[in-house]
Amino acid sequence: MSSNNDTISKTLIVVISLCLVCALVVSTAAVQLRPLQQANMLLDAQTNILRSARVLDGAASAAKVRELFDQYVEERVINLSTGEFTDKDPMQFDYRASWRDPELSTQLSKQQDVASIRRAPHYAPVYLVRNDAGELTSLVLPIHGYGLWSTMHAFIALETDGNTIIGMNYYEQGETPGLGGEIENPRWIGQFEGKRLFDEQGNLALTIVRPGNASDAYHEIDGLSGATLTANGVQNTFTFWMGDKGFGPFLSKVQQGALNNG
Amino acid sequence: MASAKEIKTVLFGPVFANNPIALQVLGVCSALAVTTQMATALVMCFALTFVITLSNFFISLIRNHIPSSVRIIVQMTIIASLVIIVDQILKAFAYEVSKELSVFVGLIITNCIVMGRAEAYAMKSTPGMSFLDGLGNALGYSLVLLVVAFIRELGGAGSVFGVEILPLVSEGGWYQPMGMLLLAPSAFIIIAFFIWVLRTFRPEQVEQA
Repeated sequence: MSSNNDTISKTLIVVISLCLVCALVVSTAAVQLRPLQQANMLLDAQTNILRSARVLDGAASAAKVRELFDQYVEERVINLSTGEFTDKDPMQFDYRASWRDPELSTQLSKQQDVASIRRAPHYAPVYLVRNDAGELTSLVLPIHGYGLWSTMHAFIALETDGNTIIGMNYYEQGETPGLGGEIENPRWIGQFEGKRLFDEQGNLALTIVRPGNASDAYHEIDGLSGATLTANGVQNTFTFWMGDKGFGPFLSKVQQGALNNG
Repeated sequence: MASAKEIKTVLFGPVFANNPIALQVLGVCSALAVTTQMATALVMCFALTFVITLSNFFISLIRNHIPSSVRIIVQMTIIASLVIIVDQILKAFAYEVSKELSVFVGLIITNCIVMGRAEAYAMKSTPGMSFLDGLGNALGYSLVLLVVAFIRELGGAGSVFGVEILPLVSEGGWYQPMGMLLLAPSAFIIIAFFIWVLRTFRPEQVEQA
């Protein structure tokens, strides 16, 4: 190494030009690849919505997913506190960004924050799934909550009674593979099929019990061996999202037949 | 230009004789984190290979102009840029895998192997040889990662690359998976066994007590 490398001017020149080159390369890569990345994320969400509503089983090509989604699914944004549909354009509404926006979400107190999600959004997307005849067959709701060490994101598909579960699908989580990560396993998540969220009094009754102890055919789900805390997280996710701060008001409107009029 | 023998030493030396994980015990953190499945381990190997070969190459290319007072930061800038590019490419072309690797691609920045080779080799050698040195170290790293991932996925989930080999009890088969293998500590044990076997065959690697 020659000694004149250590002069202040040489140091500055090297550092600044290196930073410029690196910044240019990194930003070019990020900008060029962003459309592909966004398409991937959208496709991933659509695939999972279709899967949870049992419109799609297993994997499908990107084109097929888009076609099915456009044909059968309508996306709407609801106001969570009133449970009413809003006129917000779902294409312009970034749900995840709204969790951080103080105008679109509220900080939760410790007692309220059962699912450890910190902030409760004011608006949320719901997906209305229709059959070939155009009749509403199910509604898909996005839910999320903290498990053992990650936020677990899922879609849950309900029948139009706002109570019976058609399907459920965890699509993003970072739980321990093989233990808590088994929440993605179709055999486990399949247990939710046909279960009811609420009892006759309208209280949340769906419970995840110790593995092998599920006895109530409508409300109990076997937990996961070796993943008690993840299963607790799933339970907490339901407690929050089916409650007043979550989809509670919307679902009680649905149970009174709100969807049949519209 | 270096002789063929030297090239061979630089390229294949780090696989057994001077393995970055087994002898230098560097980069162990990612070897624990991404080795529960073969597929994620393989993608991690490719990502690391990309970063370490190119970072070695570019750092070597400008090694005569790097002021020694800021050389670590200069190396980090190059490494970090390459890691961001890998992360962006994975998100665009291998979305599913990138979801599983999540933060660990980003953590290649702090992988001691990359930094170590930049400082120890690329700063003193020609770009061509540095590239090969990076490739050799990446091979050594990949070998350990894939061996560990093979044992963990086969023993812990009864599959290899997601293809079922041992039918699990929970799926109606006979194999009761070893849940322990899916937890991070098991990778420590497997790497320790790897080092033990390696040092049994190469006693010169044993440290003096």
